[in-house]
Amino acid sequence: MSSRRSFIKISALGIGGIAAAGGLSRLATGAVSGNASTEKIDSPEQNLHRTPTYCEICFWQCAGWVYKDESGNIKKIVGNDDDQHCNGRFCPRGTGGVGQYYDEDRLKTPLIRTTTDGKETFREASWDEALDYIAHRMQEIAAKHGPECIALFTHGSGGSHFGHMLKAFGSASITAPSFAQCRGPREVGFLTTFGDIIYSPERIDIRDTRCMVLIGSHLGENMHNGQVQEMSDAIDRGATIITVDPRFSTAASKSKYWLPIKPATDLALLLSWIHVLIENEWYDKAYVAKNTVGFEQLREHVRPFTPEWAYGITTIDPNVIVETAREMRNASPSVIINPGRHVTWYGDDTQRMRAVAILAALLGAWGRRGGYYQPEKLHLPSYPVPPFPVPRRQPTEAYGGKYPLANEVVSNGLCDATIPTVERSCSYKAWIVNGTNLLAAIPNQANTLKAIEALELLVVVDTMPVELTGYADVVLPECTYLERYDMLRNSNHRLPNLALRMPAVQPKYDSKPAEWIARELAAKLGLEAWFPWKNIEEMLDWQLKQMGTSLEEMQRLGVKNFPRENDDLYFNENEEAVFNTNSGKIELYSSDMENEGFAPLPVYTAHEEPPEGYYRLNYGRAPMHTFSRTANNPNLTDLMDENVLWVNPKVARLWGLKTGQMVKLKNQDGKQSTFAIKVRVTERIRWDSVYMVHGFGHNNPKLTRAFGRGVNDTELITRVHIDPVMGGTGMRGNFVTFITEFEPNGKEAEA
Amino acid sequence: MRYAMAVDTLKCVGCSDCVVACQTENNVPIGFCRDWVVEVTDGTYPRLEIEIRSERCNHCENSPCVRCCPTGASHYAEGGVVLVTPHKCIGCGACIASCPYDARYPHPDGYVDKCTFCLHNRVEKGLDPACVSVCPTKCMYFGDLDDPNSPVSKVLKNRKYKTLIPEAGTNPQLYFLL
Repeated sequence: MSSRRSFIKISALGIGGIAAAGGLSRLATGAVSGNASTEKIDSPEQNLHRTPTYCEICFWQCAGWVYKDESGNIKKIVGNDDDQHCNGRFCPRGTGGVGQYYDEDRLKTPLIRTTTDGKETFREASWDEALDYIAHRMQEIAAKHGPECIALFTHGSGGSHFGHMLKAFGSASITAPSFAQCRGPREVGFLTTFGDIIYSPERIDIRDTRCMVLIGSHLGENMHNGQVQEMSDAIDRGATIITVDPRFSTAASKSKYWLPIKPATDLALLLSWIHVLIENEWYDKAYVAKNTVGFEQLREHVRPFTPEWAYGITTIDPNVIVETAREMRNASPSVIINPGRHVTWYGDDTQRMRAVAILAALLGAWGRRGGYYQPEKLHLPSYPVPPFPVPRRQPTEAYGGKYPLANEVVSNGLCDATIPTVERSCSYKAWIVNGTNLLAAIPNQANTLKAIEALELLVVVDTMPVELTGYADVVLPECTYLERYDMLRNSNHRLPNLALRMPAVQPKYDSKPAEWIARELAAKLGLEAWFPWKNIEEMLDWQLKQMGTSLEEMQRLGVKNFPRENDDLYFNENEEAVFNTNSGKIELYSSDMENEGFAPLPVYTAHEEPPEGYYRLNYGRAPMHTFSRTANNPNLTDLMDENVLWVNPKVARLWGLKTGQMVKLKNQDGKQSTFAIKVRVTERIRWDSVYMVHGFGHNNPKLTRAFGRGVNDTELITRVHIDPVMGGTGMRGNFVTFITEFEPNGKEAEA
Repeated sequence: MRYAMAVDTLKCVGCSDCVVACQTENNVPIGFCRDWVVEVTDGTYPRLEIEIRSERCNHCENSPCVRCCPTGASHYAEGGVVLVTPHKCIGCGACIASCPYDARYPHPDGYVDKCTFCLHNRVEKGLDPACVSVCPTKCMYFGDLDDPNSPVSKVLKNRKYKTLIPEAGTNPQLYFLL
């Protein structure tokens, strides 16, 4: 980049020898390094001191125990038996959470961007100096443009602390990529149908289901802990699993039916299922009559969507469409159409999720055992603080008029509004980014970089040096979740519950807890009134006492489940159910959508197909990694240290590709991958697409294990299909081709 | 007393939680493992099958590793569990070469290491091995085959199963449910 905000490699020093990969065929063994030497300890369980936490490696936030050895070093983390998120069993990422603490590549001290000899670099700074610098710049920006021109992008537990500080400062522009880059369409699709969202953990009753449909969810590869556990129990119970996926996913291999659908045609299948249920009168008639509006319009609407119609689009055998619809009907109402999580694919995603919701409604599954339950959470009061100042502009004004049904702030909306234009009044001048590597999270990197270019201040708070850190003006090293308190986990679940995170050990290096950083920065901004507690312990204890418990009790229990206030986990069949929609009923025909000028019933649109020689770029998750944030974790890298490119054998033959061969990729816009990726020739993928796990291909050399390993799918997602309903960034309309000859510059260059 | 383990290939999703839980429980150095996951794909798109197996030492009743060990470091412990006594091991690697399952690795501290079924650090205290107790899919069953009520006895009675490389004649005690 030809700008002042050039990417700074935090330090090129200290990059030791990266261990050579052992040529092992084992799936779960990674690189073999010869220098590790650990003391052999076989400590009896009772000698290990334990403290409670809830996990921060992903959003599932399982509660567990951190065990330390005799020397006070963190040894292992295990699940808390009382926790409904994990039932005493952590997933590989949670178990490997110790690696985040021990990672020697962690950010160690505050850094401030500076220019020496015409070259931009970072210099180490004290916390006092770094926070003074930020406070000063924030005040300058507030004086010039207003405090509302500062935005917070966040993912995870730090968000509540920095959000609190920012609200006190006068900005409500707080956003997380988990909405518009991930689950937003499903929340809006269900909100407009049932008047309620899906929540996290999802309110799906896999425990008691008789049939679960996975459409675009590769559960088991996405390690949503409680769900994976319940799916495994469902397999034991003989429940029917129907998986729709162009790739033979792990879940597909466990399913009674695998529907190998042509990519980008899911909505046609969903509409056809609705057609089959209605035409055969296989829907729950009493439930539909009692609880829904718009059935007649729906019946008319789906009349043409026969299985034969869908066959021509989806390539799924019409008999299989009917047979799977019959399976759903036989299991009704104990059936789940899994709403998935990352559902921003093609730009008509809210409509697809509406079809999922309609299907669930026809089967009478919403509010029924084995379908979708009613979760409950505690009304946990916040520590009393003065009212926040009313911001002069709401974040929605930044993308005024667009995305009318978004029920959360649209991250890419704020990103776009940071790029100055003549007609827009609101441009953001500063970003605080915590716990999210926006260059990997938001597609169209060029656009994100353009926004970053326009900023007067970029503060990145993280545990690791990631791509985004290099563009920061100030980098603040927060400590890991194992070294701090955070807000209580107060989750929606079958039983209301609280979980405590407390420090198992003192923060390593010169890193600090997010709450401390936010409170100290607030003090420098003169916002002490909004942080009236002495320390976070006092604040948490006050909150817990309102719930009849205490910090002392929670330190012993870790998790506390409370009785439900309402006996309504499932509908009371003798009572009238009231829904939070305009009509008070389940809206098969959506008045919200109609009022905003969108199709009130889902319409299938054909999406663009790959040009010749190109393949649709599909991406997904691996059970041992979360996004791009675990790619350098020594324990998890040991399980998987790079992503690979799945290629169908027919395609491989055409291109002469072999398993293990390194290729670079080029997308339809000529964008080339920075690094190369290893080919995996496998029958498990269709010939019209390729697949890789998201979160690899890091280009910050400070990440000694992750640098140059695999390809970053986000950099190849240059074409984004925005969902006009809620601003979601559809990412699956990108096509790639292979480059087989190139200069090695990644992992393969080390050889 | 005959300790054995059964792994349900129908439930295992190959997440490798067993691998990392074993590493943290048993201080297995990064870069090595006592257990691992194998995935086998069969068929042609779209008629496919996958078998996923969490593998480890088979604690064979007729163990070539114990037979070939020149110092007696490799031995049978309680319940037929095959163990290595680190201070007796000279790191010659004969056992590594003799194992049909490639279950052993040279520990950087100079001895050969492998799965212990967590005998001393967990099983003797009434706990399941670390891999069994962490598995999110609950696909592993452990216990005493001589006890008809142990989880492993019960599941082997009710399910079809196989062992790996039975033709090696080692009588392995790691079973895979089909």
